[in-house]
Amino acid sequence: MADLVVLDRRFIARGVERSSALRFMFWLVPWVILVGLGIYAAALCLFYGLNQTNMDNRFAFGMWIYLDLGMIALGAGAFFTGFLVYILKQEDLKPILNSAVVVGLICYSGAVAVLMVDVGQPLRAWFTFWHPNTHSMLTEVTFCITCYLFVLILEYLPVLLRNRQLRKVPSFLVFEHQLHKLVPVLAGLGAFLSFFHQGSLGGLYGVLRGRPFAFRQGFAIWPSTFFLFIISAMAVGPSFLILVTATAEAVTGRKLVQSTVFRKLGRISGILLGVYVALKAIDTLVWLNVTSRAVGFAPWDFYAYKPFGSALLFIEILPLGLLPVFLLTLPMTSKRRGWVLCGAALACSGILLNRFVLTVQTLALPTLPFDEYLQYIPSWQEVATFLGVIAYGVILYSLSYRYLPMFGQSKGVDKNVPVG
Amino acid sequence: MSARYGFVIDLDRCTGCGACMVACAAENNVPPAAPRATPRTGLTPMLVRKVSNGMDGIARREVFIPIACMHCGNETPCVSVCPQQAVEVDKATGIVMQMPQRCLGCRYCMTACPYHARYFNWWDPAWPTGMEKSLNPAVAVRMRGVVEKCNMCHGRLHSAMEKAAAAGRREIDPADYVPACAEACPTGAITFGNLADDKDPVSHAAHSPDAFRLLAKLDTEPKVYFKSQQAWVRGLADRESDRPSEVQNG
Repeated sequence: MADLVVLDRRFIARGVERSSALRFMFWLVPWVILVGLGIYAAALCLFYGLNQTNMDNRFAFGMWIYLDLGMIALGAGAFFTGFLVYILKQEDLKPILNSAVVVGLICYSGAVAVLMVDVGQPLRAWFTFWHPNTHSMLTEVTFCITCYLFVLILEYLPVLLRNRQLRKVPSFLVFEHQLHKLVPVLAGLGAFLSFFHQGSLGGLYGVLRGRPFAFRQGFAIWPSTFFLFIISAMAVGPSFLILVTATAEAVTGRKLVQSTVFRKLGRISGILLGVYVALKAIDTLVWLNVTSRAVGFAPWDFYAYKPFGSALLFIEILPLGLLPVFLLTLPMTSKRRGWVLCGAALACSGILLNRFVLTVQTLALPTLPFDEYLQYIPSWQEVATFLGVIAYGVILYSLSYRYLPMFGQSKGVDKNVPVG
Repeated sequence: MSARYGFVIDLDRCTGCGACMVACAAENNVPPAAPRATPRTGLTPMLVRKVSNGMDGIARREVFIPIACMHCGNETPCVSVCPQQAVEVDKATGIVMQMPQRCLGCRYCMTACPYHARYFNWWDPAWPTGMEKSLNPAVAVRMRGVVEKCNMCHGRLHSAMEKAAAAGRREIDPADYVPACAEACPTGAITFGNLADDKDPVSHAAHSPDAFRLLAKLDTEPKVYFKSQQAWVRGLADRESDRPSEVQNG
C-alpha cells in the first residue's frame, strides 16, 4: 500500500496539491463498479445478442442512440474550443482547452464504444469503409466520427505526455514537442470533421421521408436538421464545459479556471443558442405549415399522444431555449457564477431534450393509418451500459485531472486555493 | 428483361387465414419464433394485420391487411440510408433487395421504413430437431444481428430465370415466377405480376378505381396495391386525424 502511495505521488505534477491516494481510490471505487457492471451488460449483449435489450422491430433505435446523439452534442466543446483558440485566436480560452479535449475524448470514445454494442454484427463495422454508401448520412457520421476520434487521441497525447514521469522519456518529449506543433492543424481538422458529423447526426433523422415527424426539407442534399444540429452542438459544447469544470471545482474544492473564462464561454454559448432557438422556431413553423401537411399528416396530431404532448416542444424552445439565452448573455446575470451555471445547465438540458424528441419520440409515433402509439422502456442491460460509459468518463477525467496538467496553463489557479 | 414486379391485394377477399404468412416463412427459411419473442420482436416478412373501423355493434367493420415490404420505387427510404449498400433496388425487376451477408445490423433502414416491413434477427435462428430437413435449399438462412424483409421470393425468380435460360429464352414465363404468398392464398386475394406490362391483369387491377396504396402521399411509389369496394377501407390509405381505428396483429 505504501508503495502505491509513493508511486501515485511520483506521477502527480510538482507544485500541485492533490488529495491523498487513499481518498482518490475511494472516490474511484463506485465508478469502477459501475464500469464493471456496464462491461458485464455489454458482454451479455455481444454474447447473446440484442435480444437482451428492449428494442424491437418498431423501436429499432433506443436509449443508446439517444445517448450517442446527446454525448456527441455535449462533446462538441472540444472542437469548438480548439477552433476558437487556434483559428479565431481567442487565447484567453486556452486554460480550458485541455479539459475540453478530455471531455471530447470521453464523449466520442464512449459513443463509439456504445455503437459497437448497438449494432447487430460489430465485426462487420469495417464494411462501411469498404462498401460505403455515399448517399447515407450514417456513412458520413461513421467516417467523420472515426477520423475525429483519432484527431482527439492525437490532441490528447500532448497532454498525456506532459505527465511528470512520461516527460522523463526523451523520445516522448520529442514526440510531444512535434505533436504540439501539429495541434493548430488538428484543431482545424477537428472543426472540419465535427462540422460534418454533427450535421449528419441531425440529417440522420431529417432525411427520413417515412417518418413525417422527423422529416425536414432543406438546402441541397441536407435537411434543415443538419444545420440545426451543427449550431446547437456549437452552442451547447461550451455550456457543458462550464458545467464539467464547475463540477470538478466543486469536487476538488479548488478554483481551476478564472471566472472570466466561464463568463466568456457562457456568452458564446448564449449567443449561439439564441441563433439556434430562432432558427429552430422558424424550422418548426415551416414543418407545421408546409412539410408535414405535404406528405398527408396533420402535424398537431403528433402532439396528441401522451406523455409526449406539445408541452415538450414549448419546454424545448422557452424554458430550455430562450431562458438560458437571457441568463448567459444579459449583463445582469452573465456576471454571476450561479446564473451562468444555471443557464449552462438549462442549455444542456434543452439540447438533450431535442435529441430525445428526435430519436425516441419519432419512433414512438405511429406512421401507418392503423398503427398504434408505442412505448419503450430500456432494459437493465441498456441502462447499465449507459451508466458504465458515464462512469468511464468520470474515471478518465479524474485520472487526467490528477496526473496531467489539465488546467496548468492558467497561472494562479489549481494550486491549493479552496473555493470561497 | 425490364420489369416492375408488384402485388395487388384484394382486401375484400382476404379472410385473414394466415396461409400467406406460413407460406412465406416456409419458403424463406424463417425460423420458428424464439421462446422470448413477442409480436414486436418476431420475424414476419409477411404480416396479416386486423384493422377495424373503430365502431361497436352493428356498425363495426373489420378488414385483414397483409403487410410486407412495399418495394418502393421512388427515393426508396431504406436504400439511401444503408451505410454499406446492403440494400438496393434491382433495376431489372424493381425488387428492393436486402443482402444480409453485408448487413451490419445498424437498423437504420428499419427506422426509415414507413411500413415497418423490415425485421431484425434478435435471436440465433434455430429449428426443432428434424425440422431443419425441411429447409429450402434455394434460400440462405440469415444469422443473428442482421435485417431481413420480403424480397418477392427472389429464389423463385432465380429458378424461373434458370429455366428460361435452359430453354434458350431471354424472358421468363410469368407462370414460372409467383411468390409463395400469392401462390398459397386460398381466395386469390393476393395477385402478383408485372406492373410495367399493360397486358398483365395485375397492372390492370392496380389502375382500377378501387385500388389504393398505403401512405402514397409520401411519394415513395410503393409497388404493393390494395383493393376494396368499401370506402372506409380505401380511406386507410393515408392517416387522417379524426378516423378511429383499432388494430391487431394477425
